[in-house]
Amino acid sequence: MSLIETRGLTLRHDGQVALRDVNFRIDPGEIVTIVGPNGSGKSSLLRALIGALKPAAGKVTRKPGLRIGYVPQKLQIDGTLPLTVRRFVNLPRRQTPDAIRAALATAGVPDLAERQMVDLSGGQFQRVLLARALLERPDLLILDEATQGLDQPGSAAFYRQIEEVRQDLGCAVLMVSHDLHVVMAASDRVLCLNGHVCCEGTPETVADAPEYRALFGTGTQGALALYRHDHDHHHHGDACDGDHDKTTTRETENA
Amino acid sequence: MLDDFIVRAALAGLGVALAAAPLGCFVIWRRMAYFGDATSHAALLGVALALATDLPITAGVLLVALVMALVISTLSGRNVSADALLGVMAHSALALGLVAVSLLPGQRVDLSSYLFGEILAVTRFDLAVIWGGAVAVALLLAWRWSALLAATLNPDLAQASGGNPKREQLILTLALAIMVAVAIKVVGALLIAAMLIIPAATARPFARTPETMAIWAMGLGAVAALGGLMASLEFDTPTGPSIVSIAAALFAVSSAFASALPALRRRG
Repeated sequence: MSLIETRGLTLRHDGQVALRDVNFRIDPGEIVTIVGPNGSGKSSLLRALIGALKPAAGKVTRKPGLRIGYVPQKLQIDGTLPLTVRRFVNLPRRQTPDAIRAALATAGVPDLAERQMVDLSGGQFQRVLLARALLERPDLLILDEATQGLDQPGSAAFYRQIEEVRQDLGCAVLMVSHDLHVVMAASDRVLCLNGHVCCEGTPETVADAPEYRALFGTGTQGALALYRHDHDHHHHGDACDGDHDKTTTRETENA
Repeated sequence: MLDDFIVRAALAGLGVALAAAPLGCFVIWRRMAYFGDATSHAALLGVALALATDLPITAGVLLVALVMALVISTLSGRNVSADALLGVMAHSALALGLVAVSLLPGQRVDLSSYLFGEILAVTRFDLAVIWGGAVAVALLLAWRWSALLAATLNPDLAQASGGNPKREQLILTLALAIMVAVAIKVVGALLIAAMLIIPAATARPFARTPETMAIWAMGLGAVAALGGLMASLEFDTPTGPSIVSIAAALFAVSSAFASALPALRRRG
């Protein structure tokens, strides 16, 4: 059974139709990426899947008892709200100290538990959000533009972390992203949105689809090729990649 | 012991301060300060309604505060551009309340007791109402604490974890209306919001978690309530405003401490 399935889903945002007639499903263990230009309805779709946005038409079916780990696009913490990392990952449910230690370690931020959330760097903040989502023991991990505000090595490192997490937990992953070249080839399926489902399929199918090219141009074709090399650990740009790796490792250690 | 009006006043002040503090934390975390203003200023309309219909004052105020809070939360949500709307509602409610009370036939109503409270005239029955309401607010908050925090941080995140942010908003709205209804006797419609916001804001520099901030706010609110009561007896000043003045003085000290804190830390 699918984790979540939508049939003929239509969504409104501020009175306007944001997304029309979406048939979508995600199965256990799948990695699905949603791409699309700004205002194409990506975030609206995610919000409908988690139940925060009521469908204007159509239906969303969640598997009974489905546990979702949600990493929001941004999380503004008011300066008047004191919040340590430890307290934050205990929301909305209390977790055991062992579970918290493990989740922070899995997310790559083992030593931050006592820090204030507002003092974290962008990369640390995203990893803490990830740790909190992992503590939900999710069947489905949902990430909404999770690498916004991270530099390129930072977001590459973050996606590697996601990949590892999925291998460890076996959860399905649903991502919304702008980082096409980093994200797409790691996915089993890509869904391209622009007010409706433009095209859908494996990363290669979507990258070759005329609808996709019309939205993103052919430039991304090159980026995807570059990515394929990265992913398969071929020779392309080894020195450069090695450097990036070192940079990100160092960042993680400093954190 | 309860025969002494000063003891009754002290207990009434403590009851309001202790329940208002944690609720006030949510009011400032969610940036609902104007929301608190509008709701508490609407209390005066509730007084007019109660006097006109022979309802108990508390019931009238509770009813109107609840309606006002529901209307505002429906109109504005958490939209920042609702700032102006909330300002309009807060002051219109106050003005309409003043007009409505003055229109009541055949009654000479002592307005200032509703605007600034009348803590020295608290009866045993008032005390029971105040503590009943304070305990209700405290229980509501304790019961929903984590869910309220999650919804305050990010409604979508709360929703994804199986929560219901709209319900949490309603619970806060209800708690606020109860608070306003029981606090009007103690500090009056004009200053209820002050008892919500000032102790919570004062507590901020001392806290590292939401819970410690709420506990600090309760302590600071209690100090302000008792200190204000004593000061008003000593200097023969109105009690409600004296309590708020002490709270404001504590806030000034805490702010000074907060700005000195980084320098102190550097010195190690």
